[in-house]
Amino acid sequence: MKKNGVKMIKIKAKDVDVFYGKKQALFNISLDIEENQVTALIGPSGCGKSTFLRCLNRMNDVIDICSVKGEILINDFNINDKSCDVVRLREKIGMVFQKPNPFPKTLYENVSYGPTIHGMAQSKQEMDEIVETSLKKAALWEEVKDRLHEPGTGLSGGQQQRLCIARAISVRPEVILMDEPCSALDPIATAQIEELIDELKKEHTIIIVTHSMAQAARVSQNTGFFHLGQLIEHGSTDKIFKNPDNTKTQDYITGRFG
Amino acid sequence: MNLILFTFIVLLGFTSYYFGRKKAYTIQSTKKRLTALPQFYGYYLAIWCAIPAFIIFSLWAIFEPTIVKLLVLNDYSNQGYLDDELNLIYEKTKALSRGQFTGEITPFIEASAEKYLSLRSIAQSSKVVIVLSIIIASVAYAYKRISSNSRTREPVEKFLNAVLFTASLAAILTTVGIVFSLIFQTIDFFKVIPLFDFVFGTHWYPAKAFVRDSSEALDPTMYSDTFGAVPIFAGTFFIAFIAMCVAIPIGLMSGIYLAEYASTKVRQYAKPLIEILAGIPTVVYGFFAALTVGPFLKELGTSMGLEVSAESALAAGGVMGIMIIPFISSLSDDVITSVPQSLRDGSYAMGATKSETIKRVIFPAALPGIVGSILLGVSRAIGETMIVVMASGLAANLTLNPLESTSTITAQIVVILIGDQAFGDPKTQAAFALGMSLFLVTLCLNIVALRVVKKYREKYE
Repeated sequence: MKKNGVKMIKIKAKDVDVFYGKKQALFNISLDIEENQVTALIGPSGCGKSTFLRCLNRMNDVIDICSVKGEILINDFNINDKSCDVVRLREKIGMVFQKPNPFPKTLYENVSYGPTIHGMAQSKQEMDEIVETSLKKAALWEEVKDRLHEPGTGLSGGQQQRLCIARAISVRPEVILMDEPCSALDPIATAQIEELIDELKKEHTIIIVTHSMAQAARVSQNTGFFHLGQLIEHGSTDKIFKNPDNTKTQDYITGRFG
Repeated sequence: MNLILFTFIVLLGFTSYYFGRKKAYTIQSTKKRLTALPQFYGYYLAIWCAIPAFIIFSLWAIFEPTIVKLLVLNDYSNQGYLDDELNLIYEKTKALSRGQFTGEITPFIEASAEKYLSLRSIAQSSKVVIVLSIIIASVAYAYKRISSNSRTREPVEKFLNAVLFTASLAAILTTVGIVFSLIFQTIDFFKVIPLFDFVFGTHWYPAKAFVRDSSEALDPTMYSDTFGAVPIFAGTFFIAFIAMCVAIPIGLMSGIYLAEYASTKVRQYAKPLIEILAGIPTVVYGFFAALTVGPFLKELGTSMGLEVSAESALAAGGVMGIMIIPFISSLSDDVITSVPQSLRDGSYAMGATKSETIKRVIFPAALPGIVGSILLGVSRAIGETMIVVMASGLAANLTLNPLESTSTITAQIVVILIGDQAFGDPKTQAAFALGMSLFLVTLCLNIVALRVVKKYREKYE
């Protein structure tokens, strides 16, 4: 979405440092995420890209020893501020994990989970609608509409991941965080998810962590390259892949390390 | 003598281990490659030394007395003695040979005693000779077979397999034996007392059976209205129910706290502390219930104008519940901890709070395991004896008032079997019938519990 030719900034990270106990995992990260675009975070394992992703919905709170410093502004509001309500924040920022993690409940209950805890549906009918739209948006509806009341764990890996996406979008988040969403899937399921990501960016801002350079090139408009806890370079995916400024980026993209 | 021979066989076993290994080293020193590590050659030889010897040794121990007896009593055959009389003669002979016979010594018995002693000494020496020659023969055979390409690893492994199999067989056979002894005694019991009276009778008063003069003939009609098990079954389930009312909420909540809320440090100390509860002997719980909780409840009740028996179902059930808390808390803690972190993350990422996550995701996911732990707790409550015997009284009242005293299956078994008992008497057999029913109940509970737990495991691993 462009306003007067200027892309809207959805998330603005300023000087973010993350520590696991005494060990510093992220150094001074400043990154702007554009609205309704797909931003890919790439880099070798352990470089801190997942850690950064988890800062954006404060999932690092779950880890006792983890502490985050710096400002992360979402819609110009600092989510690291004490006044930030984590429950509301996570309603706005959905997340899809590396391994599909459907709850051991029925398909329907999996998708209606978020709307239920946030009190989004007043009636059964409304909930049915939310479930149907979410599953349709996740391109899963046709495959599962006849077995909504069977356990979600009975689906195939790719279907489970799309179920998790449906679960994430059921609360209409503004941002969806994806932490290597295809790493446990086969190429066909991966292609389906990538297609889906392209569709979802019309309504959501998407940030995806991926190990696959090809995937980053295929799905994203912007790319950030992390190395050893630092953001080495970020910019449009075209530029990063074709003409990076930093030689480290160049080396990683061309497969010389990582 | 047997002990010396036994020790000797063991020593020879060790020696052959060293010889076997030594031969393997010798082969190795000629630059030939062995098919197994040298130890296997040692084990191989040791097995060949000890096993045939032990087999002969035990066969001897089993058959020697019978054969000696046959030979001794052979002299008395065709004299028209009854079997019982022959046995008596044989016992006298043995006593005389040990110099413990005090009665009148007849020449016959004296002769038999001499024969007995000589047979025994022949048997002893021939046993030693045979066992030793077996050892020599088998070790020599095995030693000769050892060469660079002989297979020693496989027989040794097979032998270990057989040893382990025997061990588990022993456990299984013991169980089967116990169950059968229960079954046969129970059947005998139901020959006198109709099954219907036992299962549906509401009057349990085994003391009535105690007063029977054992010289009188058994008259089944005098036992009517004596062995009606309904009151004690009711008492058992009632006390177990009270116990679970205490144990389930406290155990479950402490399990959830430990698994989800407690910091690593708290958990580190709290978990072992709770598990100490499980290590307290049930007798201690018993006198805690009988001497502390019971009188306390009685006083409390009296001050409120309630009539509370000093030995109340409430005291026994409550203390039993405390005893079961660690089982439920520890097991449900394990089950909850083993719910994958990814499910928690998924729920938190949706904006769920901790309690919502526990209520809506973790608890349902862990439910089968929790149910399993509760069922195991119930089967412990039903099988618990000491607390009930000490704190809940021995009179089998049919009541649902927790302030009165009731009795349980286990406590009644204790009552029946304490003191003098006569085998083949309905009152003794009643204990077996009760034991059998208890066994069936706990067996069913355990089977269900294990099934449930197993089903749960399959889901995540």
